[in-house]
Amino acid sequence: MSDVAEAVTRAHHDEWARVVAALTRRFGDLDIAEEAAAEAFATAVERWPADGVPPNPGAWLTTTANRRAIDRLRRESKRDDKHREAQMTYGHPPEPAGAIDDDRLRLIFTCCHPALAMEARVALTLRMVGGLTVPEIARAFLVRGTAMEQRITRAKAKIKAARIPCRMPSADDLPDRVSGVLAVLFLVFNEGYLASGPGAGPVRHDLTTEAIRLTRLIRALLPQDGEVAGLLALMLLTEARRAARVSADGELVALDEQDRGAWDAELIAEGHRLVRERLAAAAAGAAPGRYQILAAINAVHTSARDIRDTDWSQILALYDQLVRLDPSPIIALNRAVAVAELDGPEVALAIVDRLAEALAGYHAYHATRADLLRRLGRSRQSRAAYDRAIELAGNTGETAYLTRRRAQLR
Amino acid sequence: MRYLVSVIDDKDNPGSTDRGPAINAFNERLIAEGHWVFSGGLADTGAATVVDNRGEQAVFSDGPFVESKEYLAGVWVWEAPDLDVALRLAAEASEVCDRKIEVRPFL
Repeated sequence: MSDVAEAVTRAHHDEWARVVAALTRRFGDLDIAEEAAAEAFATAVERWPADGVPPNPGAWLTTTANRRAIDRLRRESKRDDKHREAQMTYGHPPEPAGAIDDDRLRLIFTCCHPALAMEARVALTLRMVGGLTVPEIARAFLVRGTAMEQRITRAKAKIKAARIPCRMPSADDLPDRVSGVLAVLFLVFNEGYLASGPGAGPVRHDLTTEAIRLTRLIRALLPQDGEVAGLLALMLLTEARRAARVSADGELVALDEQDRGAWDAELIAEGHRLVRERLAAAAAGAAPGRYQILAAINAVHTSARDIRDTDWSQILALYDQLVRLDPSPIIALNRAVAVAELDGPEVALAIVDRLAEALAGYHAYHATRADLLRRLGRSRQSRAAYDRAIELAGNTGETAYLTRRRAQLR
Repeated sequence: MRYLVSVIDDKDNPGSTDRGPAINAFNERLIAEGHWVFSGGLADTGAATVVDNRGEQAVFSDGPFVESKEYLAGVWVWEAPDLDVALRLAAEASEVCDRKIEVRPFL
């Protein structure tokens, strides 16, 4: 990749959400903000090779995008004065001092509005805040690109037609609005944790960092919310293993093969503190939600100095608790991994095979099956499962890992 | 911004019939706060007539345009600055009417 191409890619990662959020705030219209931001990045691709990369790419992009948005509004004003009036008067005055002033957070609350379908919220947040392309989002959610495009277009149209505001929710609405945001941030984090773009590295650190940053902001706003604490802990304990999770040549390293000395002790300590805080609350009678349970599972993993020291029975007990809360096939698949450690691969395989129909299109289902079959010495079937997992895996590091494991089959 | 606020009743599981006084009080508040534009309860769907004059002559048919378990029992038109305000009012309206509410923006 040339220096300029790299600068454009970096600017896209660093500045996309800021540009879209600033324009949304100014023009009160997601469509205009997204289109103008996309045009500004296209202009950068065109101009930076000849003109050089500007000293402050973010400011250059915001200025360029602002001009594009104004051009578009002028064009439209000639066609439709009433429409233009609506656009121009729609922007919101600044929030009173004391409220968290973050354009991106405001944008997230709009994208995660409860009047939108859950699927639309996630897609919109990844597009508008995460800056992911529609094909990347489609891949993350196992749907066709055209269907995802429609989902995003419909959501933006509803925001505009029904006038869903771009601002912080009122104090009364905040708790409900937050749980919707958490679900979305968790998915953004996961997209960073296991990036799906073919050009992207195996981990998109910018997305995990962004998800953590925004979760910290929400935590500062709602320090009593157990699920906010749980999600933050879950992200921190996952992020802590980042350096150990990818080998020097870009291959994902499974938990049992990771160099635990390379884990980030500071993040783990912070995550453990949060989990302990929630365990104390649970002991006092607060029922833990799914993020708190997932964080506890990760706390057990990160407490073991060696994979052999892992307290699998505690992990299985936590998964049992989680299944009662969320009986989804993906949770059942992860639970089966713990079952394999306690009751052996044969018992686990029986559980996994029952998920065939629900998870046929999910790479991790085939990867888990491949591993269980390998441990049972059923090499031919294991190879077929690896083939399918490799076919479905979108992550470059995971593909490399699965390919190596397949080659090791006898 | 104006919103059409529809009160939806369910033939199999109708809302209670004693909501009149509560709805009146709620309307007073909507008026005082500047949200109220129009409101009215509707007669039974059996009293509806559908008119189609797209062809050579007008055709009148008895009953609503679509027969369904759920039907429109009444409407409001509200003025609200944005959907958040409209949805908060609608949440109250649903409780007051003991029925589901649909909020739909005018163009």
